[in-house]
Amino acid sequence: MELFIEGVNFSYGSYPVLQSVSMEVKPGQVLSIIGPNGTGKSTLLRCLAQVLKPQGGKIILDGREISKINSRQLAKMMGYVPQAAGEAFSFTVLETVLMGRKPHLTWGVGQKDLDVVAEVMRLMHLEELAQRQLDELSGGQKQRVFIARALAQQPQVLLLDEPTASLDIRHQLEVLELVGDFAHRQKGQVVMVLHDLNLAARFSDLLLMLNDGRVFAAGSPRDVLNEANIRAVYGVKARILNRATGYYVIPLNPV
Amino acid sequence: MKVLASKSNIAVSERRRNIKEVYKTGIAKKIIVLLTLIVLLLVTALSALVVGASSVGVKDVIKVVGASLLPNYFAPADALAEAGIMGLRLPRILLGIITGISLAGAGAVMQGILRNPLVSPYTLGMSGGASFGAALAIVLGSSLLGAGFATVGTFLVAGSAFLFGFSTMMLVYGIAKIKGTAPETLILAGVALGYLFSAGVSALKYIAPHEALKDLVIWLMGGLWGANWQQVGLLVPLVLLCMVFLMRFAWDINALAAGEEVAINLGVNVKRLRLGTLIVASLAASATVAFTGVIGFIGLVAPHISRILIGSDNRFLIPCSCLMGAVILLASDTLARTVLAPAEIPVGIITSLIGVPFFLYLLLKRRKHITMS
Repeated sequence: MELFIEGVNFSYGSYPVLQSVSMEVKPGQVLSIIGPNGTGKSTLLRCLAQVLKPQGGKIILDGREISKINSRQLAKMMGYVPQAAGEAFSFTVLETVLMGRKPHLTWGVGQKDLDVVAEVMRLMHLEELAQRQLDELSGGQKQRVFIARALAQQPQVLLLDEPTASLDIRHQLEVLELVGDFAHRQKGQVVMVLHDLNLAARFSDLLLMLNDGRVFAAGSPRDVLNEANIRAVYGVKARILNRATGYYVIPLNPV
Repeated sequence: MKVLASKSNIAVSERRRNIKEVYKTGIAKKIIVLLTLIVLLLVTALSALVVGASSVGVKDVIKVVGASLLPNYFAPADALAEAGIMGLRLPRILLGIITGISLAGAGAVMQGILRNPLVSPYTLGMSGGASFGAALAIVLGSSLLGAGFATVGTFLVAGSAFLFGFSTMMLVYGIAKIKGTAPETLILAGVALGYLFSAGVSALKYIAPHEALKDLVIWLMGGLWGANWQQVGLLVPLVLLCMVFLMRFAWDINALAAGEEVAINLGVNVKRLRLGTLIVASLAASATVAFTGVIGFIGLVAPHISRILIGSDNRFLIPCSCLMGAVILLASDTLARTVLAPAEIPVGIITSLIGVPFFLYLLLKRRKHITMS
């Protein structure tokens, strides 16, 4: 169930956003897409989720090109959590997680569906919140609900767009640990967009650094996050600290 | 170690059972709400049969309905009572029920697929289009056809109202498609076309001869007094088929409520879903409005009350809205024809009296998360 993309191009009208982007993620790996604002990080994630159709290149999952997989089938392979959009109407936590079963069911909800939902809600510590309305929850709780919905699809690949945005540090760590468990314990793949370089360094096996829609650097966090790369891509002078607790980027000043 | 593991397994299976129980009790409650509404609808319909300008006893009603359904078991009823109940009241009640079902069901679905709580057949410009269509047929028809208008008039007016109502919805959707299906585009397009049609209606009123003007004003007020078995026979199967079709997409509409991108990821073809359900919902709503005239706010108020009662899961919300719409419209119509009996108030006035304050209440109480996008 390998996921790789090869030479993906995407443009909005005549404005190119992604230019021949390639990458590869194996089961059990977490890949984070990093880079400055407007370099196409979310666009790349949307292409992976097939919300946008790339104009060129291939996205291959499990040996099949995903644009050729029917949408219901694909929904069982990839779970996508976009940046929080306003909910039009209030659903309960249980109803929201149950929506993740949509690709698996026709109209009625079966025992299997409820089993999966119960298991996912246990993993995401949502059982106590089952009957609460979504709009009564905090940002961190909501994010866990959305990830639970994606996990209820029983996907191979989890796609997350800035899962830690607007979360406090405790919830950032909690969400990223849960996401890491999905990759490392269940041998799934995680592809996410992260802004925080230190969180990205700590929780990712691979980093993909984008600049102006192109891959600037790719590899392990230690390979990608060096002073030269950060200066070239972000225009920021930074210092790298390598400590027993981890690998840290200390931004100093813009250049 | 082993003991610990099995203990935690028990805890896990217990919690799993809890989630299942939460789900099952939730469903059971929703079914009870639906059953209660069905009973309420039956009670409302029965009292609507009994009360009215010519008061008929419960016994007479049972006799008449029984005699026409099972002529072998009931003695033939009094001819006058029969004419009143079978010829006037029963078709009117059935038209009220089916109109309520149609407007409220269409409203619930439109709110869901456009992700906007302020949407209804009325606010999307459909009623405006239908009014213009009816006005055109009444004013031009009566002057062009003269005496012939009296015979083909009703269906000409209904046909024209349906055509304009339905195509307004399609036009609104078409405009939104060019500009992207952002919900605010749809609402603004609906409002703009509504203004255009109301200007058209004013122009037609201005040039209308006296007789046509009276017909037009009555049509615009909306009401169920023109009910007959022909209309009921046409609308009941049409509306019920439309609602069954819409119910099939309940899960897709649920997924869309979570956002377009999420819906696409869950395997929903959002464009096809929007177009398909919007066409069918518009078909049901404009077909009923064509015969009843403009009846405002049912399509807005009934789905919102239902959301409060039964939640947002469209598998239950759509049937609940249908029943709620039927109860509200039937009760309003019964009020409309009894409050000042033997005179009648147009039912649109009563539904607006209920609906407008509710609409304002929604605007004021609107929780933060209900955004326009």
